[in-house]
Amino acid sequence: MSPASIALNRFGYGLAHGKQPPEDARRYLLRQLDAFDPAPRAIATRTATRGKTGEMLRLLRDLREKVREMGEPGMAEQGMAGAMAEGAPENPRAAALAGLPPEYREKLMEARRVVVDDLAVRVNVAIASPAPLVERLVHFWSNHFSVSVGKPGTQFEVGPHEFGAIRPHVLGRFSDMLKAAVLHPAMLLYLDQFQSIGPESPAGKRRLRQAGAQGPRGINENLAREILELHTLGVDGGYTQADIAEFARALTGWTVPGVGRVGRLAADQPSGAAFVALAHEPGSRMIMGTRYAEVGPQQAIAVLDDLAAHPATARHIATKLARHFAGDTPPASLVAQLEADFRKTGGDLASLTRTLIAAPEVWVPGPVKFRSPFEWFIAAARLSGIERMEPPRIARVLGELGQSPWRAPSPAGYDDLAASWAAPDVLLRRVELAERIAQGSPAEDVLARAEAAFPDTLSTSTRTMLTRAESGRQALALLLVAPEMMRR
Amino acid sequence: MLTLLNRRTLLAGSLALGASTLALPRIALAQGSGTRNLLFVLLRGAADGMAMLAPVGDPGFEALRGASLADYESAPRIGSFFALHPAFAEVGKAAQAGEALFVHAAATTYRERSHFDGQNLLETGGTAPYATKDGWLNRLVGLLAESRGGAVPRALAVAPTVPLTLRGNAPVSSYAPSALPDASADYMTRVAALYDGDAELAGLWSRALETRAMAGDDSLRSLRDAGANGTLIASLMKGPQGARIAMIEVDGWDTHANQRGAFARSARGLDALLAAYKAGMGEEWASTMVLVATEFGRTAKLNGTNGTDHGTAGAAMVLGGGVRGGRVLADWPGLGESQLYEGRDLAPTIALESVLAGAVAEHLGLDPATTLARLFPERTAKPLSGILRA
Repeated sequence: MSPASIALNRFGYGLAHGKQPPEDARRYLLRQLDAFDPAPRAIATRTATRGKTGEMLRLLRDLREKVREMGEPGMAEQGMAGAMAEGAPENPRAAALAGLPPEYREKLMEARRVVVDDLAVRVNVAIASPAPLVERLVHFWSNHFSVSVGKPGTQFEVGPHEFGAIRPHVLGRFSDMLKAAVLHPAMLLYLDQFQSIGPESPAGKRRLRQAGAQGPRGINENLAREILELHTLGVDGGYTQADIAEFARALTGWTVPGVGRVGRLAADQPSGAAFVALAHEPGSRMIMGTRYAEVGPQQAIAVLDDLAAHPATARHIATKLARHFAGDTPPASLVAQLEADFRKTGGDLASLTRTLIAAPEVWVPGPVKFRSPFEWFIAAARLSGIERMEPPRIARVLGELGQSPWRAPSPAGYDDLAASWAAPDVLLRRVELAERIAQGSPAEDVLARAEAAFPDTLSTSTRTMLTRAESGRQALALLLVAPEMMRR
Repeated sequence: MLTLLNRRTLLAGSLALGASTLALPRIALAQGSGTRNLLFVLLRGAADGMAMLAPVGDPGFEALRGASLADYESAPRIGSFFALHPAFAEVGKAAQAGEALFVHAAATTYRERSHFDGQNLLETGGTAPYATKDGWLNRLVGLLAESRGGAVPRALAVAPTVPLTLRGNAPVSSYAPSALPDASADYMTRVAALYDGDAELAGLWSRALETRAMAGDDSLRSLRDAGANGTLIASLMKGPQGARIAMIEVDGWDTHANQRGAFARSARGLDALLAAYKAGMGEEWASTMVLVATEFGRTAKLNGTNGTDHGTAGAAMVLGGGVRGGRVLADWPGLGESQLYEGRDLAPTIALESVLAGAVAEHLGLDPATTLARLFPERTAKPLSGILRA
């Protein structure tokens, strides 16, 4: 790969239709740091759904109770999950919806539309972006702080989580992104924090007195554990089960506005979350050898600030970033350099990006990664110049390719390893989809476009196959699945 | 020391499965055909063994899970001590027919509580997370090839991408139904030529085509319909051209909150998948084994949000026409606070690796000690035996 091809493909989402390859690869990348728009118009209009989540959760609870009366526990969630499924076959989804009381059906359809539209905004912004490197960073961090719409009730929050808690911080401070991302309603819902209640808190004690009461009665450690293991220190970061439990206590009170009886007493937080002092476990906490005084919502924030500055976090983030840009087994020298940068700058993510751009380890000529389905799809859409795709189609296609954003199977997000994506069946799907994309795209000058997209990099065999194609469309379809498109 | 708990049940209850099991006639295996099928079902997210197979005979159960006791009142009993979750209706029938065996209080060597590390160890068969790069099921394919003079059995992941359990040196395919329209034949031929000089892509491409040809023109559009999945896997494993080794992942087991509905939902799906698979295999069920396992169990006690958190020991299932089923293999550790692992989890008394290695060795006619050493190196516990009817 030439430096221009590396700048386009390894760092970005490939060349967009009608654009020219860069003359100066590093400058082209550095300029993107200034060109990046954290709040393009398409996104700025997508954040007006606040306040709907409380309504959504009430709806879900009503529904659950209603169906329980009908003697079918689990049906409500099933209907909900089925109705929300992206890329699900039409029939089961229709069946799940048909099984729901009509007054709920419409609200669920609305919630689903919101997710699908948010997803299309993410995709279209990336396709049109003048700063594809920074879009890649947005998607990298969104996957690092993975939330899933598979959790009922999160429909109105997963898009805003990326747009509002991740995107503005990708060139800012890691600690700011951490606090925004994990204390966002999407994460609080996804990892069950919203119903965690301190046993010694007024709300916890009242629950205890009402023996046999339905609903949440205590601590849930899920968010605390995943913050330590996935978002900050990493699994070998030196914390214990006791630290998890203490952190979970510090996090009590952080919840989603409009949830439950205590929700009425909530104080709204800048992240869109709410803090309910009545559910907060009183007292100071000891986490990894540091004592945190009782200061309400600030207690968890103080822990998060310390976690963001911890050396294990620097190491963990450096490793993941290096793996994303420099290969599945990242060079130790690059990890060390990023780690040192993280520690020196206090987690300045713009500085880490500049370090990546400067590092020779990221400019090795051979391809270092197999493109993930999402990366391939965005690169294919940019290269083909395909006309607008309707939002439901985008959602369906990403599902078929095996990587629906905001729907990763676990809080760890999607794997960033070739072995996860270089599989027979998904390759076949890329091939099938490429033919469809080519049918809706401008099909002139494919060979010249191929040379521009992979400057001084196109192999003889790919060039031969493109030349021999029976039509411009077929040449484009072949280019979209050529080895040069699959790896970067 | 293993306790065959079904023995206690000979006198107990109206559903004395243990007794009927012993009296069941043996089903003849497909002798001489040389075809043995193995399906591994990985439950991702730590399925709750205590909900799957509730130890209703343990006085401690009511104290920990009193709220869920009612769910098991009319559930199938496996012996007098255990009750199968009522959502497993078809698995219950298989148990009654002596074709489903359960293992309880089992765990891998992993003793922390991270899904990702736990799954990594269950999938790779290693003893330290991320230290082993290939999966134990892939190594099993290699072992079988060695024992059969180099003939590599067909292996298949019914998933869009190959899960770690099946990744490694031995060639494997993956298959999942697609709603995308088929590509044109001429274009497909040209893609093959495009990948001609690229070993990785050419290999992936030819395996993709083979598998899709085998699935024929299935009308499935995704992997969401559990019953249809079971039928699909069977169609990919039947006959001499079918895959001999296959795996599928089933998620939805990480029940941190409101576990009752969530677990029942996932269990119903798994039950439907297994029943449809069994039906789809037809006569070949007699030479088929299904292993169902999860990365670890969950906390013994319900948490503050009516769910359970990450724990240690859990349950596993072995199903198949030749399995000596209708019983639970367990060295039951008890549920008293001092008996729980770290005061919170069901304590592990059986090595899950011994179950998996013992079962596949017996089923596939491999030497158990060699199998354990290859699939799950550095284990001290012996591979389990007596899983199939003699």
